[in-house]
Amino acid sequence: MSRKVLMKGNEAVAEAAIRAGCKLFFGYPITPQTDLSEYMAKQMPNRGGLSLQAESEIAAINMVLGASASGARVMTSSSSPGISLKGEGISYIVGSDLPCVIVNVQRGGPGLGGIQPAQSDYFQATKALGHGDMHLIVLAPANIQEMAILTGEAFDLADIYRTPVMILADGALGQMMEPVDFAAKPVRVLPEKTWVCNGHQNKRPMNIVNSLYIQPEELEQKNIERFERYKKIEETEVKYEEYLTDDAEIVVVAYGITARIARTAVNLARAEGIKAGLHRPITLYPFPKKRLNKLADKVDIFLSVELNMGQMIDDIKLAIECKKPVKHFGRTGGVMPVPEEILDNIRRLAK
Amino acid sequence: MYNKKIIIIAGHYGCGKTNIAVNLAAELAKEGQAVSIVDLDIVNPYFRTADNNKMLTSFGVDTILPEFANTNVDIPSLPVRFKSIFVSDRTAIIDVGGDDDGAVVLGGYAKDIINTGYEMYFVYNKYRPSIADVNNAYYMMLAIEHSSKLKFDGIINNSNLGEETTTDDILSALPDAKKLAEISGKPLFTTTALKRLKQELITTAPDENFIFIDDITKKIF
Repeated sequence: MSRKVLMKGNEAVAEAAIRAGCKLFFGYPITPQTDLSEYMAKQMPNRGGLSLQAESEIAAINMVLGASASGARVMTSSSSPGISLKGEGISYIVGSDLPCVIVNVQRGGPGLGGIQPAQSDYFQATKALGHGDMHLIVLAPANIQEMAILTGEAFDLADIYRTPVMILADGALGQMMEPVDFAAKPVRVLPEKTWVCNGHQNKRPMNIVNSLYIQPEELEQKNIERFERYKKIEETEVKYEEYLTDDAEIVVVAYGITARIARTAVNLARAEGIKAGLHRPITLYPFPKKRLNKLADKVDIFLSVELNMGQMIDDIKLAIECKKPVKHFGRTGGVMPVPEEILDNIRRLAK
Repeated sequence: MYNKKIIIIAGHYGCGKTNIAVNLAAELAKEGQAVSIVDLDIVNPYFRTADNNKMLTSFGVDTILPEFANTNVDIPSLPVRFKSIFVSDRTAIIDVGGDDDGAVVLGGYAKDIINTGYEMYFVYNKYRPSIADVNNAYYMMLAIEHSSKLKFDGIINNSNLGEETTTDDILSALPDAKKLAEISGKPLFTTTALKRLKQELITTAPDENFIFIDDITKKIF
């Protein structure tokens, strides 16, 4: 008998979070993420946790800050417009060196946009989720099993590097159903949280969680320390998956749900004798720069396929130092490309 | 089975209601019945009957869908032609939204539905964790009956893991489905399985009552 269960992406993230020891969830409903909050609201009271619908996304992210400072594993989730509202709080969390998990089940934008899937928050997630010199670790699952595994990983990475970690999903991954096996998560060694504000009881010096530094030199030092951690993240935490890249002349670069459509397109191209391959970044920050740069030495051309007007394409160009041409194909507004559309682009570039 | 004017397919969300409803509509239409299918999902705006509009229409099924299905209006509304099922000669298959929340809309029309004559089936999927425990599934049945103000006539065991489903997965869910029938006092009407498992299932479990169906879920890759 299978130990797998059939779950929606949103449910799988919620279940994986609870299994990872997430005790506190602060959310605010927004389509296409609401099933996640709903699952938390139903499950948390029975499983030793608390799920609270805040009065707004802004309140929710600040509750996350407080809970994290107290040492709890904590998560919030939203969809694109709601993530924008959380921006200020996320910057404060980064500035306070606090771990937490933030889930963005992306929908079409800008503005209220639509409710169908998109990947148009790539820039926001990887470049500008808040003010100040900052990054988040950004994980991009491509199936429901990965939604679960990467959620568990996100909590571990957050604790190890004392940073927020974002799960960057989309409306399709949030809503679709696939089998999941929760036992498959890797185990990591976690540091003790010596910085937690949980009452010192006169037994240790007090801890202060804060993102305000009056002395410029002190603030600069904090930033330098944080960027040393980012450097370590970039050296050790890069994850990607490749398909048929060994002899590929054209490599499609795509992440998340788009990578699955692209994979079918690569198969169709191969059937026509076109040497196509697929590079799928799993971590968007840290971006698989080194690997792409190496690929660029033997590949003729790259095709970035995204559910946006062209965002990740910039990172690919930077990664390969413009050694080879990089083209973009994308659909937006919640429109999903079919494999044949991607195939047409591959054909055109392969000529 | 299927001799009343209205056939209601209800259950936990994600258990496969739309798949069952669409398959049933197509099957009855192929047999020559005049069929309407009603998308009454007011809970979730994704994965709708509307995804299969073209296929259903080609079989002569009359599709009654919310006006804004599959658009960016994120408040699914009742289809304007919904009430026509109470006066039409066609058999109406109602694809209800998930859980007791989705069944609330039935409650508002319970009188009309009862007067017209109905059968209501609970779709059970052992691999959906929230109803995997038969006691939770039974509780869900009661909750749906309460909010719909209607009674179930039987259970359709649709236990599956999507495309990956194996014969073993189907067979190991049978005892749970039978237990649910026992606890609830409602007959287990049938067990559904994908057509590709037909040969294996009828050889390994010749005494079980299976209906073999197509997977009509929207495929994007």
